[in-house]
Amino acid sequence: MNTQSLSPAARNGLVVLRLLIGWHFLYEGVIKMYSSTWTAKGYLLSASFLQPVFGWLASDSLIGFVDTANIVALMLVGVLLVLGFKSKWGCWVGIGLLALYYLAHPPFPGLPQGPSEGSYWLVNKNLIEAAALFVLAQLTTDTHFGIARLFSTSKN
Amino acid sequence: MADDSIFSKLSRRDWLKGLAGVPILGSIWFAGASFAGKAKRERKALLETLNIKASPPPPTGPMSGDPIRVGIVGFGGRGEDLVRALGFPTQEWLEARKKDSAENPSDTRLKEFLEQENLNVKLTAVCDVFDVRADRALRSFNSNGNVCKRYRTHEELIASGEVDAIIIATPDHWHAPISIDAIKAGIHVYVEKPMTHNIAETYALRDAVRANPKAVLAVGHQHRQTQSFLTAQDAIAKNILGHVSLVVTATNRNDDNGAWQYDIHPEASPQTIDWERFLGSAPKAEFNKEHFFRWRKWWAYGSGLSGDLMTHDYDRINCILKMGIPKFITASGGIYTHRDGRNVPDVMQINMEFPDFSTGSSQEAGKEKGMTFVYSATLGNTFDRGTVLMGHDASMELGNAVTIYPDWGSTRFQKMIEEGKVDPTVPVYQYDPSAHGTDAVTSATAKYFANKGLLWTYRDGKRVDSTFLHLREWLSCIRNGGKPSCGIDEGFEEAITAHMGGLSYKLGRRVEWDPVAEKIIALPGEDLDAILLANEEFVTSSGTKKS
Repeated sequence: MNTQSLSPAARNGLVVLRLLIGWHFLYEGVIKMYSSTWTAKGYLLSASFLQPVFGWLASDSLIGFVDTANIVALMLVGVLLVLGFKSKWGCWVGIGLLALYYLAHPPFPGLPQGPSEGSYWLVNKNLIEAAALFVLAQLTTDTHFGIARLFSTSKN
Repeated sequence: MADDSIFSKLSRRDWLKGLAGVPILGSIWFAGASFAGKAKRERKALLETLNIKASPPPPTGPMSGDPIRVGIVGFGGRGEDLVRALGFPTQEWLEARKKDSAENPSDTRLKEFLEQENLNVKLTAVCDVFDVRADRALRSFNSNGNVCKRYRTHEELIASGEVDAIIIATPDHWHAPISIDAIKAGIHVYVEKPMTHNIAETYALRDAVRANPKAVLAVGHQHRQTQSFLTAQDAIAKNILGHVSLVVTATNRNDDNGAWQYDIHPEASPQTIDWERFLGSAPKAEFNKEHFFRWRKWWAYGSGLSGDLMTHDYDRINCILKMGIPKFITASGGIYTHRDGRNVPDVMQINMEFPDFSTGSSQEAGKEKGMTFVYSATLGNTFDRGTVLMGHDASMELGNAVTIYPDWGSTRFQKMIEEGKVDPTVPVYQYDPSAHGTDAVTSATAKYFANKGLLWTYRDGKRVDSTFLHLREWLSCIRNGGKPSCGIDEGFEEAITAHMGGLSYKLGRRVEWDPVAEKIIALPGEDLDAILLANEEFVTSSGTKKS
């Protein structure tokens, strides 16, 4: 959706939100890439929901690919959102990742909460971040603040 | 040019807003890379300083040549485990595991068994006083070219000429008599722990083994095969912990099986059980199904927490520290959780003193010497207390993983703590052989053993049954020569320590070992074996006397 009709404050707010989420994804990806011992295996094996699926992803034959794919996807989302280029794609990839993180350890009543820094019921930060990405996928600001601006004829 | 025409229309504002993300991206990338890189470099430097080798033991020798003919004496629960590790599962076990793996794909016990190396043995003989168990063995082991016969007594089995080696998994009071008869006949022996049931036969068995050096005796402390313990040995050898003044180990169980309340078979009767043979050297008693199946609950046949479970912990630590028999033992406890007629304690604390022992020191010479080893057990609670070796410089937590925490008061790590390079709340070292392997341990008891490194071990990231490796080591010594990791000397130390624990509990006082005379010191007039085996009556909570 065109964000030209929004007030400057609202549009700048969306840009800040995009940068913050991109920052978060990129930093997670970079840290994992540079930590040679990092693996999603523990997170996947301790899944409290859809264990067969996450257990399969954590299997010896797949885990190497899953770890690499996760790092690449995290960094891709981060780069697209921070640079403001095709950020709509980044948003959808990000939503996909967050949905997996959410479903592996969903804050459903009756399921173990696992290690976390707060208290959650149905809604947690993964879900909120995914919802924010959904908003950003609808209201793209790349041509206002981002590389897309350089290739755009209508600057908003 | 087209491009020129696009970019020529861009204002400075456009360039700024278009490319402002690039420095942000660069900053984040730089911060992440330098943070993770610094952590990695510090970690690497620390590991190089510690220089602990996480190396597996050298592989045992080849299993080639003629098959070794093995007999099993005592085909109960543990006996079944042992012959299965040799490659002989019962039909019942195979069927149950097929069902389990069909219902639960993550249950890989059958798959792991089928992938196990062939040890090139024949299971030629079984000896059990209960017909049902002997028949089960005959049904399962007379197939695929294997011929297995039943013998009513171990003497007949040993004299049959059909066995080169035997595995003994009987009640404790039969361990030494059968081992001694076999060793004297030149038959190799794998005997379950505790190696003996009383003090006198501990010496008799050692004498028999020394007089027959060709027969290989191994004691069933399978955790000696666990990779993490070898890593722990290396950490001790490099004095990472400094002077270890206290070792604590524990048993925590809270279920009937863990408290030796095993099932009583419906077909058990004087017709199906050779009761007199079961009793052996034990006091004469009327036929009693409970005594037969739950023998661990009475001193007459078993040895309670000190012989049954403390021996595992003692040998685990002895394998790492090689501290030998304690100078003093003080034990206490009681029957507090299972007042069901048993006479062995179900809560027990055994304090072992080693006043002359030291693992090494990082302080001035002579300041540190001596160590206490505390074994603490209850059969009425499952809180996992772990095994910890506490040194002046660091503490080592021991299980399937080895985790080392630096100590706030450490001399060795003092400078690194001050510089913020190590944090005593964070391990300086962790070795987890299972980190690259999935685990599907099923029961609470299995998990307990797995956590202690007693059940499974890892080789090249693959889960291996440590009992299998321990049996393989014994078979390799028989075939290729060499000394088992838990042979007669280690078994002697384990058995004497267990008996000192039992004695101290019964005497209610400190028991002392004379290392020169190699004797437990008795007061005038004391018959230590009579005291150790005393099978006193116990009054149950309902007031009825049971014996």
